[in-house]
Amino acid sequence: MHISVNVDGMTYADEVEPRLLLVHYLRERLSKTGTVVGCDTGNCGACTVHLDGHSVKSCQMLAVQANGHEVTTIEGLARDGKLHPVQEAFRSNHALQCGFCTPGMIMQAIDLLADESDPDDEAVRKGLEGNLCRCTGYQNIVRAVQDAAQRMKPGAGPKQEQHSDEHIAATQPVGGE
Amino acid sequence: MIPAEFKYLFPSSVDEAVRMLAEEGEDAKVIAGGQSLVPVLRMRLAAPTALIDIAGLTELTGVRDDGDSLLIGAMTTHYEVQRDHLVQDHALLLRLVTDTIADPQIRHRGTFGGSLCHADPAGDLLAPVLALDAVMIIAGPAGRREVPASEFFVDYFTTALAPDEILLDVRVPKYTGWGAHYEKLNRVAQAWSIVAVAAAVQVRDGSISAARVGLTNVGSGPLRATEVEAALVGQPATAEAISDAALRASSGDGYKDNLARVLTGRALTAAVAG
Repeated sequence: MHISVNVDGMTYADEVEPRLLLVHYLRERLSKTGTVVGCDTGNCGACTVHLDGHSVKSCQMLAVQANGHEVTTIEGLARDGKLHPVQEAFRSNHALQCGFCTPGMIMQAIDLLADESDPDDEAVRKGLEGNLCRCTGYQNIVRAVQDAAQRMKPGAGPKQEQHSDEHIAATQPVGGE
Repeated sequence: MIPAEFKYLFPSSVDEAVRMLAEEGEDAKVIAGGQSLVPVLRMRLAAPTALIDIAGLTELTGVRDDGDSLLIGAMTTHYEVQRDHLVQDHALLLRLVTDTIADPQIRHRGTFGGSLCHADPAGDLLAPVLALDAVMIIAGPAGRREVPASEFFVDYFTTALAPDEILLDVRVPKYTGWGAHYEKLNRVAQAWSIVAVAAAVQVRDGSISAARVGLTNVGSGPLRATEVEAALVGQPATAEAISDAALRASSGDGYKDNLARVLTGRALTAAVAG
């Protein structure tokens, strides 16, 4: 079956079997191996990507279901060699040990922050309930997401740091994509 | 695992979808969000010969005001239900239940109608839809028909839908101003309910004027706790009245009776409070 999918800003046209899973399409056809397969049963969230800006589990979707849609993977987050603020926050808060769950955690954290710009501890844990981590005990992941929320606040960029940012604090936070 | 091979079809209208189902025969299956079906295909618990993807039927998406009722399109995602103002104002119970379904990623893809048609007895939407007296609006080769929720859920993973029929909309009467709560017992995040209780209560001048109670995962399908409902009507909205009524909750075969009673008490207490 013919599909056309925009992945990380590039449009790909491919012939695929209808039974091909989206995660296998991303990894094996497009070499986007940043998205990983964890549990293979829809529980762990390691394969999380964004479909039209919303997080989905790419091992629970067929590639043909993404036909005509936009997919963002962990590989599409960095801009001009600079990591996304959520990636930076994960790094500086030691929010990963083995790192296997990290691509999915980061994609889901971005989704969470788009809905809730300043989540408390419980909101982060609830927002990440579809993502499992077997190393960290989640403490540093929660810290990283809250740190990322601060980094992504309006006025958090270097220029504005030198001024009071009260006048722009009411504007919408940057969604990250 | 990799699913078995199947043919994939994209109808552009409900009529075309119904025609495709008839043409492809009994081994064809409708795919909505796929959040139950794709895992089933992957585990090869089912091997349909054709999947009919109704994602293109945009008329099946969204919640509409229909006078005394809401019409919830079968393809409305859980995420959309959670954020819908009509649902919030007139069917609060459904929003509270939907908040607890699976996890955010699954709620982005999974659909209201898909959950009901899959009819997993542990599925969260079955009991509230039953308790709220919802009606399924179904399209088939002979036209449209309506099936009340009380006749729709037949058995484990089995509904009144014929193989060549599609669920279009769910009509839910308005429960404006009713208190509601979903009390769900599960061991870990994103686990299915061991038992859950969906309760909606209307309180007027301090007494209970109407109540709806549905039980999740106590049998082969959702159960409605009609004896509990009857025991509540006309009673003052007090802890005593609620605990007396909750004692009448039953799982049918006795196995989960105690859980059903305890969780019914908790659900009603929270529903009366707000």
